[in-house]
Amino acid sequence: MEEVDVEPTTTPIPGFDSNQKHLGFVWGPGDILVYETIYKASGGSAGGCPFVHEVRKDEDIYSPILRKLFNESHHIFVGLQRIREDLPSKNKKPQFVSISKNYRSVIRACMEELQQVAVYHNDSLGNTLLSLELIWNLCEVLFIDAAPAGSLVLHLLDWVRLHKADVDEKAREVLASESPAEHQAYWDVVISYVLQGRMDEARQVLVKQAALQPAARVMFKLLDNLLMKMPIFNPGETQTLTEFDVKWRHWREEVDHCLQDQSFASNRHLEDICKILVGDEDVLLEYKELLSTWYHFLVTRLLFSHPTVKPTELHYYAQSSMHMFLDTRSVPEPLDSILLAAFEFDIHQVIKDCSIALNNWWFVGHLTDLLDHCKLLQSHNLHFGSNLREFLLLEYASGLFTHHSLWQLAVDYFDHCPEFGRVYLELQIERVPLDTERKALKVIRICEQRQMTEQVRSICKIMAKKALRNNRLGSALSWSIRAKDAAFATLISERFLQDYCAKGTFSDLDLIDNLGPAMLLSDRLTFLGKYREFHRLYGEKRFSDAAKLLLSLMTAKIAPHSFWMTLLTDALPLLEQKEVIFSADQTHELMFCLEELTSGKSVPTPDKPMQDEDIETTKIELLRLALARNLAMAIVKEGTVEI
Amino acid sequence: CANGINAKYVSKKISKTRWRPVSSSSLQQPDIFATGSWDNEDNSISIWSIGENGVSSMDDEFEGDPQLLCEYKHNGDVLDLQFLDQDRIVTASSTGAVTIFRHHHNSQTLSVSKLWERAHHYPCNNAPCTGVVCNSPEIVTVGEDGRIMLFRADQEGVLRTIEKADSSAIHAVTFLRTTEILTVNSIGQLKLWDFRQPGNEPSQILSLTGDRVPLHCVDRHPNQQHIVATGGQDGMLCIWDVRQGNMPISLMEAHTSEMWEVHFHPSNPGHLFSCSEDGSLLHWETSSNTDTPSFLQGGRNTSIISRSAIAPAGGNQSLINAWLTGDSSKGHLETTHMLPSQMLSVNSLDVLGQCLVCGTDGEAIYVNRHVPI
Repeated sequence: MEEVDVEPTTTPIPGFDSNQKHLGFVWGPGDILVYETIYKASGGSAGGCPFVHEVRKDEDIYSPILRKLFNESHHIFVGLQRIREDLPSKNKKPQFVSISKNYRSVIRACMEELQQVAVYHNDSLGNTLLSLELIWNLCEVLFIDAAPAGSLVLHLLDWVRLHKADVDEKAREVLASESPAEHQAYWDVVISYVLQGRMDEARQVLVKQAALQPAARVMFKLLDNLLMKMPIFNPGETQTLTEFDVKWRHWREEVDHCLQDQSFASNRHLEDICKILVGDEDVLLEYKELLSTWYHFLVTRLLFSHPTVKPTELHYYAQSSMHMFLDTRSVPEPLDSILLAAFEFDIHQVIKDCSIALNNWWFVGHLTDLLDHCKLLQSHNLHFGSNLREFLLLEYASGLFTHHSLWQLAVDYFDHCPEFGRVYLELQIERVPLDTERKALKVIRICEQRQMTEQVRSICKIMAKKALRNNRLGSALSWSIRAKDAAFATLISERFLQDYCAKGTFSDLDLIDNLGPAMLLSDRLTFLGKYREFHRLYGEKRFSDAAKLLLSLMTAKIAPHSFWMTLLTDALPLLEQKEVIFSADQTHELMFCLEELTSGKSVPTPDKPMQDEDIETTKIELLRLALARNLAMAIVKEGTVEI
Repeated sequence: CANGINAKYVSKKISKTRWRPVSSSSLQQPDIFATGSWDNEDNSISIWSIGENGVSSMDDEFEGDPQLLCEYKHNGDVLDLQFLDQDRIVTASSTGAVTIFRHHHNSQTLSVSKLWERAHHYPCNNAPCTGVVCNSPEIVTVGEDGRIMLFRADQEGVLRTIEKADSSAIHAVTFLRTTEILTVNSIGQLKLWDFRQPGNEPSQILSLTGDRVPLHCVDRHPNQQHIVATGGQDGMLCIWDVRQGNMPISLMEAHTSEMWEVHFHPSNPGHLFSCSEDGSLLHWETSSNTDTPSFLQGGRNTSIISRSAIAPAGGNQSLINAWLTGDSSKGHLETTHMLPSQMLSVNSLDVLGQCLVCGTDGEAIYVNRHVPI
């Protein structure tokens, strides 16, 4: 068993004192049931509390706003899986980046919606989503887009700018005021722009100040010039990285010169800006508040000291930035270690840390799946047989299955776990509660599409039994047909026949009359259909057809033996008709059937009441007489020759 | 978004969507629709608005999302939903209850106006009420208990009950004439009922001769009252002529799994819409010159199965149907997919004027305001 990375969190159970009593528990699919036992901690037992507590790890799954996240990301996930495998990875990169952006926009949409209802909701969810988007964005920049040196800093700048949107707000406020240059946040705005590498905006705002101090015009012009001339790497141009490096160093020397010349000595702010441009870390650290995070500090540092940084060198700067920026006494937040792991290109560590910090598997599942598609994960198998991607997806989907509604999404996730997905699905799908026929139909459809015949059968059987219990024979039959369950169809037919014997008429004629090819599902069902047909023919006075059918029911062995007596009794009125219906041969066959039936009858048992015996014997006597008479008439009729 | 259709995620699986009726004299497009949810711990019915009409922008992308006007808790899954009139909505619940809700326009709230709690039941427990259809003030409901119930919106009690109407579950109902209804059930039968006749027997039973596949939806042609379309478990679209006896006029392969709803367009009946468990919504249109669409021109030769009408995702495919073995007029049938591919089941659709609304198991509503009619 591996060591635990972090201390597990404790959840106090209300009304329970662990010093007094022992706690009992049992695992559920996504939660634990906990109860107070009668056993005291100190030994002995006493009366217990009657409550059972349900402890759930993942509350987020029940948030209505997050549900949109689950649904939309499911759509993106399924689309991702269907990207064709045969294209070379090079062509797929833009597709993967666009999918990554899709995921992120879904997170952002949820965040915005949460902000709108922030008054009533706990804000921690919004903050979590913010961090998730931050991490995902960084992973996209570093892993999926995999920007090379030169573009790397630019992408990181975009990343920082996206997550530090308050600068624009402040700027708007300042510029909208009466005298922007005298606004107390004025210099904050200028410096924030510079820190984010937004030189044009910085220059525009600086102009306001320059207008106020015509005497220092030369100084402002100089700074404006420097800001304008700052080289920015353009990956589209033919300029190589080295050329850019040379240009940049030139420019930096120029800025350094200005510093040495004390050109900006008279204005502290302008001098600070100049020092920032040169990458003076002490000055940068003075503006900690404006930077607000160590990773902003990192990116600014890189922009002004190492704009051609290579991805492999990132981690060194990241670590040093974090140490420089953060108070050495403070404990690093989970977010910080995750970002650091990302800068170190340690994907597995990122995933691991995220898994620990978050309480559901949505984020790591989808991110790992995307990274796996980009072929960035080494496929080392975990102890329990599947790889990391599959493990995380299985966990996520299993969590979804515990939700009364989101279980449908989980099916697609299981589909795309080649190793264990099917087994998980088979086990989970049978436990979905089936309150209505419509829900059962959807579940069955899911099983049928995946050739899970066992599950189909068992679900149909459950529904058929329910229907039978409510005396809905038609519904029960329709379920048996769906499952191709001959045994159940036989059961239903037996019910019909019992009803007939008890009441003398058929119930649910609309069903039996219209069985169609379903009749062939079971012998008993076929008999039922044919027997009803016999009654119909009799009712329509098509006696010879009825007779033929009746006979065939017995001779073709479709009718169960127990029913032969009833059939023969039904034959009586046909035998008693004035005209001969049964031919001689047919009569012989009837007699044979009667003999077969009566020869099987053994010595009358003592517990059979005398009346029954009498009725039976009378019936048989009547039949024998009728058959004999009919035989006689038939022979005469057939022997007669018309002259 | 594909085909000018946007998804609105609503955090509940949608079982029914219906446009609020617009008066036939006005040329307005519908702007309000109602939805019902299912499979949730708390289900609800909701009223949505798609914004002002007359302010149509050429740019499809920027038309507003549906806005939620009001919502009300609903006991049990909403298995069917119909507008009784401009202000009232009737719902059929999986608890067997039939409820009339009133929409108060001024305060934008909903309230329960009437409730028949055990409209459908078994001897010992509740039976889901699966279908409801109205012809104000009359309301007809059907359920898994095989009963047909007739109510009046202004009366407390039940007007009429047809007990043991069916030995299997009745899945849907529609009015054929003011006194006649048509029901479909889970053993693949269409049954005609005439309310003028007493007793519990249908006046006619129609079904396919082959496999009796459960039928889930039925809709009547708006102008020709004897023409009816049905869809069922196998995803086939059947067109019937109820005068003609036992056989459908035509059978078309439409979907790869259950067809949940089928609708003729109320004012352009040459167009038909169907939606299915397989996640697709098909728009069927005929482009023959005659008034009757080709799939209705079948002669005595019936039940000719056409080639597959399933189009590849996002594409159009025109189809020339060889129904009419003796008939020279070749009707032309086109089917179009109206939704992006890879969706979960589309449970419901409604079409009025040029607007189409549908709801899915992916907890999303789709509205299309420019259906090509």
